[in-house]
Amino acid sequence: MGARPVANLNALRFGSPENPVTRRIIDGVVRGIGGYGNCVGVPTVGGEINFHPAYDGNPLVNAMTVGIARTDKIFLSAAAGVGNPVVYVGSRTGRDGIHGATMSSAEFDEDALSKRPTVQVGDPFIEKLLIEACLELMATDAIVAIQDMGAAGLTSSSVEMAGKGGVGIDLDLDAVPQREPGMTAYEMMLSESQERMLMVLRPDRTDVARKIFEKWELDFAIIGHLTETGHIVVRHNGQVEADIPLAPLADQAPIYDRPAIAPVPPAPLEPVHAPLSLDAMLLELVASPDLCSRSWVWNQYDSTVGGQTVRRPGAADAAIVRVDDTEIALAVTTDCTPRYCQADPKTGGAQAVAEAWRNITATGARPLAVTDNLNFANPEKPEIMGQFIAAIEGMAEACTVLDFPVVSGNVSLYNETRNPDGSTTAILPTPAIGGLGVLENVAQAIGLGMQDGKDVVLLGATQGALGQSIWLREILGREDGPPPPVDLAAERRNGDFVRTEILSGAITACHDLADGGILVGLAEMAMAGDVGCVIDSPDSGIRPEAFWFGEDQARYLACVDDGAALCARAAAAGIPARIIARSGGKDLILPSGVTISIARLKNAHETFFSCTDGRPLRQEKQKGERQHGNECHGAGNIHPRGVPGCSGQD
Amino acid sequence: MKAAIVVFPGTNRERDMALALKRVTGTAPRMIWHHETDLSGLDLVVLPGGFSYGDYLRCGAMAAHSPVMGAVRAFAAKGGHILGVCNGFQILTESGLLPGALLRNANLRFLSQDCYLRVENAQTPFTRLWTKGDVFRTPLAHGDGNYTADAATLERLEGEGRVAFRYASATGHVQADDVASNPNGSLNSIAGVLSENNRICGMMPHPEDLVDPLMGGEDGLPLFKGLVEAVVR
Repeated sequence: MGARPVANLNALRFGSPENPVTRRIIDGVVRGIGGYGNCVGVPTVGGEINFHPAYDGNPLVNAMTVGIARTDKIFLSAAAGVGNPVVYVGSRTGRDGIHGATMSSAEFDEDALSKRPTVQVGDPFIEKLLIEACLELMATDAIVAIQDMGAAGLTSSSVEMAGKGGVGIDLDLDAVPQREPGMTAYEMMLSESQERMLMVLRPDRTDVARKIFEKWELDFAIIGHLTETGHIVVRHNGQVEADIPLAPLADQAPIYDRPAIAPVPPAPLEPVHAPLSLDAMLLELVASPDLCSRSWVWNQYDSTVGGQTVRRPGAADAAIVRVDDTEIALAVTTDCTPRYCQADPKTGGAQAVAEAWRNITATGARPLAVTDNLNFANPEKPEIMGQFIAAIEGMAEACTVLDFPVVSGNVSLYNETRNPDGSTTAILPTPAIGGLGVLENVAQAIGLGMQDGKDVVLLGATQGALGQSIWLREILGREDGPPPPVDLAAERRNGDFVRTEILSGAITACHDLADGGILVGLAEMAMAGDVGCVIDSPDSGIRPEAFWFGEDQARYLACVDDGAALCARAAAAGIPARIIARSGGKDLILPSGVTISIARLKNAHETFFSCTDGRPLRQEKQKGERQHGNECHGAGNIHPRGVPGCSGQD
Repeated sequence: MKAAIVVFPGTNRERDMALALKRVTGTAPRMIWHHETDLSGLDLVVLPGGFSYGDYLRCGAMAAHSPVMGAVRAFAAKGGHILGVCNGFQILTESGLLPGALLRNANLRFLSQDCYLRVENAQTPFTRLWTKGDVFRTPLAHGDGNYTADAATLERLEGEGRVAFRYASATGHVQADDVASNPNGSLNSIAGVLSENNRICGMMPHPEDLVDPLMGGEDGLPLFKGLVEAVVR
């Protein structure tokens, strides 16, 4: 499209930490993302990770790339100009990835391993050359249309480009650069070999383009031309292998109207009681798989290449990347809470959008747009189709109320695993949201690290929603009840207020409240800033565990010099607000007087990923036995811990 | 200071380096494609970070044989100033302009984090604005930064004061077997080395990524400011 990629993010879902293969899968996925992203020179600045047994056989790896283009230099894919050359650039075509798209849209069963050849083999070095060569070519006026060869490779790129342009296309497969001899037309048209682009060029600029690709030592081949026939004609070895009208392929694909069963709202959560003290529960939660530190992961991704990373992973609710040579910065985040979506897909879909919007807001940025990655199980099953519909309805409502348009996206269906007994395991519905915001003045971006000598204000209403909370799952071992309700009007009101107060300079650090609730939020701020706080007694009429660990939405924690003044302004705007803590020292001092040092919190927070002794990430919990951290054996060869300055408080 | 940055296929930190150089010189450095061989009129040649040739074969091994490297050798022979960072350091060792080699990180993983460097020799164009023993923070991002050299080379480097920087704790404590302060496992915690004439410096961490308070600090800036002073004199 003519954009230089400036930031990568990802959203990862893995199986149960107790499953022995989960560690190996995480290790491979992290190495894969790092190995590719680090090499192409795009900083990986953010992401999220969840664990749930529903992903045991079907982990999800969603990736997001943000790029910068001039609005008057955006390149599109609609082919135009009968007679114009169709040019293939990039890697040669091999037999890898044939039927890749079909595989990724099928249930995994006992034959899944035999499908490995359908996985494409990437080469980040060639991708880096292709990025640079395309950007160099895009600075000329040679390109009429361009599209990458993704799913279904040459077939989809040529059909889509010609279809969008309303022209025909003739392809001569003998001219396609090939990795190995003897490939058939079928194989070439369906290969998903990576790092390839298809372009339509101005005929008088073909040599300019060829020289650029020769400089970057990439293959460049004219493999066809546009026609006025409205057909795609594929020739190979002097034979016409295909001659098909394009219009039916491009525009007349069948539109499904699948039967759906609307999800049943879960029963309300009956009263629950804390089995442990507040401090013990907090330590257990900050050490738990979904809440613990991700530094082991992000320390394997190059987050600074490009020299524009203002807030690195863990330093703010969204990563902040400056636009080169300007004062403008982008705020980027990925978010989804699949356990909410499972319990109530509509609320979960709305919550995913709202959380991305909050994370961007908490840095001071103005939320601008959403991309999504809709991961669902088999839509031919009415209850799955019902999840899909409800999640999209929830997302749409949130996008409308929050002025947060979905500008692009991706869908991944049939994410199910067939078990040996013939039953299937569906993933949790996972509509992952990638959110993008903008700051006009990068210097106004704030982080989440606690600052010394501040009032910490809780903004937004607290009802103590424990249904589907991390607390319920980790402390009581239960996944039930409804997710916290999403009040979009309150989200909008509270977020707009917070953003205004950040940009005016009143709020100097901010963290949205999500998984784990208020106490976990305070602990996260303390760990990020290496500054503790003295926490007020709630006096809220809500049971302590519900107050401290409930996951009510539309809430923020904010550091300010004058908490009373902020609360007064919030009250005037109709937003519940109260001073919840006073920052300072190196401890979290709970209302009971119990003190937890930041060092102890960090120790609990950092342990989960760092064990490398080959055991599962976490041992099975025994019935009735409480887990005391996640003791790490073989600590002598662990990844370096506690390197000063790398824990996100920069 | 007339500076140039060499760009190989797969180089990816040339824009970071250009930002740092522009910050101290006020002008954008020249970008030199690896097929060029004319380095005339330059005060400083920088080999930046990245994955030249995809790190295939060995990091820096193929770039060391690029056409531009003949010119870089000639530039070095005439006493030119050369800075190699990360992959640039690997290319300098592969081309024999600096001694030693960079092995896979001791933990066999890519590392991307801040580290602290202790200045070991402040009498060089690269370190002259620091005092020996000063400690500064800098990001590192590499898979192969584990410096090694044979015993005789190491003895010579240490004896001649040719270790420019060592990995250290925030307080300047150096301990080679401590993964917290020496994350990639480098021999003697060596993070940067110098040529005999002190005019070629290779280092693994990225001072060019910490030259702006917006990005978290200016800890790396003295290296570039000092270079300007040294070569303009």
